[in-house]
Amino acid sequence: MTFKTILFNKVDDSSKEATSEMPAFFVDLNLNQIIDAVVAGKQEYDLKPFFFSPLNDENTVRYRQEIMQELENNTLLENIKSFAEKMILVRRYLTLVDKLDFKNFREGWFLEAAEVYCEAITGLANDLIQTTLNSQGFLAFRDYITNYANLASFKPFLVETKTLKAALSNIKYSVIINGRTVKVRKYDGETDYSVEIEQTFEKFKQGAVKDYRAKLYEGSVMSYVEAQILDFVSKLYPDIFTNLDNFYAQYHNHFLDETVRIFDREIQFYIAYLEFIVKFKRAGLNFCYPQISSISKEIYDYEGFDLALANKLITENSSVVCNDFYLRDKERIFVVSGPNQGGKTTFARTFGQLHYLSSLGCPVPGREGRLFLFDKLFTHFEKVENIKDLRGKLEDDLVRIYDILSQATPNSIIIINEILTSTTLKDAVFLSKKVVEKIIQLDLLSIWVTFVEELASCSEKTVSMVSTVDPENPALRTFKIVRKPADGLSYAITIAEKYRVTYKSLKERIQS
Amino acid sequence: MKAFLMYKDLDFDLQQKLPWNIPTLIQDLELNIMLNAMALGDDFLLEVVKKTVFSGLNIGLDTIRYRQNILKDCLKNSSIVRSLYQIPVEAMETKKKNYWSWGITGNPSLILSSSVKVLQMFANRLEKLRNISDEHADKFESEGFQRLFAVLKKELNDEYLGSIQRHLKELEFRHGVLVSADLGKGNEGTNYILRKPHNKQSLAERVFTSKSPVYRFSIEPGDIGGGQVLSELNNRAINLVANAVAQSADHIDSFFNMLRIELAFYVGCLNLYEQLLKMGEPITFPLPVAANERRHSFSELYDICLALTMKQKVVGNDVNADNKDLVIITGANQGGKSTFLRSIGLAQLMMQCGMFVPAKSFSANICNGIFTHFKREEDINMKSGKLDEELKRMSEIVDHLATNSLLLFNESFAATNEREGSEIARQITSGLLDKGIKVFFVTHQYEFAHSFYARKMGNAIFLRAERRDDGTRTFKLVEGEPLQTSYGEDLYKRIFLI
Repeated sequence: MTFKTILFNKVDDSSKEATSEMPAFFVDLNLNQIIDAVVAGKQEYDLKPFFFSPLNDENTVRYRQEIMQELENNTLLENIKSFAEKMILVRRYLTLVDKLDFKNFREGWFLEAAEVYCEAITGLANDLIQTTLNSQGFLAFRDYITNYANLASFKPFLVETKTLKAALSNIKYSVIINGRTVKVRKYDGETDYSVEIEQTFEKFKQGAVKDYRAKLYEGSVMSYVEAQILDFVSKLYPDIFTNLDNFYAQYHNHFLDETVRIFDREIQFYIAYLEFIVKFKRAGLNFCYPQISSISKEIYDYEGFDLALANKLITENSSVVCNDFYLRDKERIFVVSGPNQGGKTTFARTFGQLHYLSSLGCPVPGREGRLFLFDKLFTHFEKVENIKDLRGKLEDDLVRIYDILSQATPNSIIIINEILTSTTLKDAVFLSKKVVEKIIQLDLLSIWVTFVEELASCSEKTVSMVSTVDPENPALRTFKIVRKPADGLSYAITIAEKYRVTYKSLKERIQS
Repeated sequence: MKAFLMYKDLDFDLQQKLPWNIPTLIQDLELNIMLNAMALGDDFLLEVVKKTVFSGLNIGLDTIRYRQNILKDCLKNSSIVRSLYQIPVEAMETKKKNYWSWGITGNPSLILSSSVKVLQMFANRLEKLRNISDEHADKFESEGFQRLFAVLKKELNDEYLGSIQRHLKELEFRHGVLVSADLGKGNEGTNYILRKPHNKQSLAERVFTSKSPVYRFSIEPGDIGGGQVLSELNNRAINLVANAVAQSADHIDSFFNMLRIELAFYVGCLNLYEQLLKMGEPITFPLPVAANERRHSFSELYDICLALTMKQKVVGNDVNADNKDLVIITGANQGGKSTFLRSIGLAQLMMQCGMFVPAKSFSANICNGIFTHFKREEDINMKSGKLDEELKRMSEIVDHLATNSLLLFNESFAATNEREGSEIARQITSGLLDKGIKVFFVTHQYEFAHSFYARKMGNAIFLRAERRDDGTRTFKLVEGEPLQTSYGEDLYKRIFLI
């Protein structure tokens, strides 16, 4: 099997251009925050398009999951990172080469780029040979790179690079600066004068003293003065520099392998995500590789959480609340009700994030999960009223939900958060029921955060989930969302008990 | 090169950890009076003598004798010692005053040129030091001085001083700097090392063997950018040598500093000695014995701080308390009890750091620590609080106590009725004696003092502030049984009835 790309198992998939346009639902689900955090510090790889392009094929998801799982092996991850660091250096040196005016410096830096590239290739090939690999993607890539490292085109390049570098490193020359005159000649074995000075004053030594060495800029500024000195050095050692000229002429601009270059970028998709989730794991939160199906809608995830919110909470050292959900048999729709600020929206976002991230092939929050591979994902969150919009808010809600329902297929997911609030309860109940009927008809997987409790029990396809409060102190949110009937009482009753105004309490308190 | 005037084989460490109870000792013994008399307004001297006096508790008999001998030399040759001390003092002050750019980092050529100048100045001072030692070495008998002068003679010989001058001349780089370099990354020059050119003669010999062609170019006078790169290269070339020269100057600087520190203590002693001499007060070099022995015998031991304050001769005491662990002092108010107690503490501190002591003769065992527990300012409204405070202070002392320490109590645990106070004092004192602590206890508490007297212990001695029958005091202590009155009546009479 020939290797093409580490992101796709089928060549034709990879030809589909990744989009640089952020999906519409990103902001509602706070996925934009997550992805921004994932790719932070990796701008040069331009990874966002990969995270904007969900997969529709179960096999490709599994192809990525295998690779991601393989990369959780620390040794392999470190090997890849060390390869990546070298490739960064190669690019940096080549950029420098393009900017330099002086031939001997330009060729010198080109040689550096070549040397680091050779180390990157041989290093990675050797590392991978010593690693037990299981994923289809890595197995194919290993074949590719070991093959490449032994090719008739790469081997001589490697040998020439090493020989030239060794020859240049052995050059030692002397410079005599006197006023504005500079002389250059071969080094003639003169002794180190600093050492002699130190020896002269050795007898006064009393332990550590201040370090007076100036922190001088390490590299040269590669000015014409230094170029002139270097030119003289090249005259002192003409053979070595002639070889360098030839090497540059032969290899300049076409020694980087295209497949390796693409791998270097694409593998960062996995590394970026794995590096991002480290801190959550360290905080004791779970991630899992969910089973993915594009047929079964019997989904579940235990101990999941909102990754964007957790990212903030962990920074503040606050604890993260996890929630479970599952759907069985004909169940399709979560209807989430309960007290405000109780974590309902967070729960809905979690549901969306988990499905989206799993469709990229990424591990998702949760101890264990099975998720549905959707074709399209829609969100409908309450929007701030737009004064320029001539339609009223209610109308706007309905138009948007209509658009969604007309684009949705039975394999889509819809996430609805608090809509149809700009009307009477009676209207809201009526309209909501109409919309839910459509969703049920389409057999859509969906989650609906609403105050319309009647929705919770309107069909065998709906499941009621309720945000809860601490019974001892109703003002304290637990942020736990649990499966239970939406009785509309649980919250109010605890407050009533606290103030002893329940029926029972009132009977006792009021003297007859 | 070391001075070794404070220890045979150690530098004096100005940063060393000192006993925790210094503020208390200074307060109770009125030590500042003596320290200031030694320093004569010089902050540096004050710091050194203070550290020396308090660090004396950590040195042994050998070091005490070593310093005593050096101090004896100093008393004999005071003007030579003072001029010796002036050399490092002047070297360091000249550096501070005239080389303001000293210590600036970041510019190797500036570092180099200022270091060369400082070294030049130091070299002259080193020569002066050597000359004094050449001229006067034979007047000194102590091991410490003899060795110092021998070292100066050997290490700062003419040849060596000459080689310093040669280096200082070469470091002007009249013929340019020679630097070797390797080709580093991207063919950039790296690993610049300043080289010492082969000397002319051998260079002539080498003309025939050296095969390297020499290429040269010059920067146009108007080329500012090129000139900058060149001075940058020059800086790189001399960076390490500038560091080496600057560090060498630092090393000599710290040599001078050390010499200054180690002489400072003796200069402080000279200052004190000269003041006592004027008053006609005696001094003696004490005879210290091992910590586990019990010796305290002296004649005309006086309170040096009292003498310095009064600026005249004061009353001294003669006591033989050899083989005693406990000295209880009772007797007349204002009879010189506290003064005596202070003179005990001061003499102990002075002896243990190698100084002379204010007495005609003095011998005592050294101790592992000196602690004072003096009655603090009376606060009539807080009687129980005061006892609380005293016992808390006692507990802190106990945290630091070790066998063979010396503890001076001055009217301690009297902030309650006599019975209770005596019982506390008795229990504390008994415990201390069992643990091998030497105790001097000034007290008015008859019950406490008497309880020990009645035991007829061989290791206790009882002193009494003398009172003539007419009620006047001699400020002398005499051996005697504790009495039930402390003659407060006398005091009352004097104040109210005269």
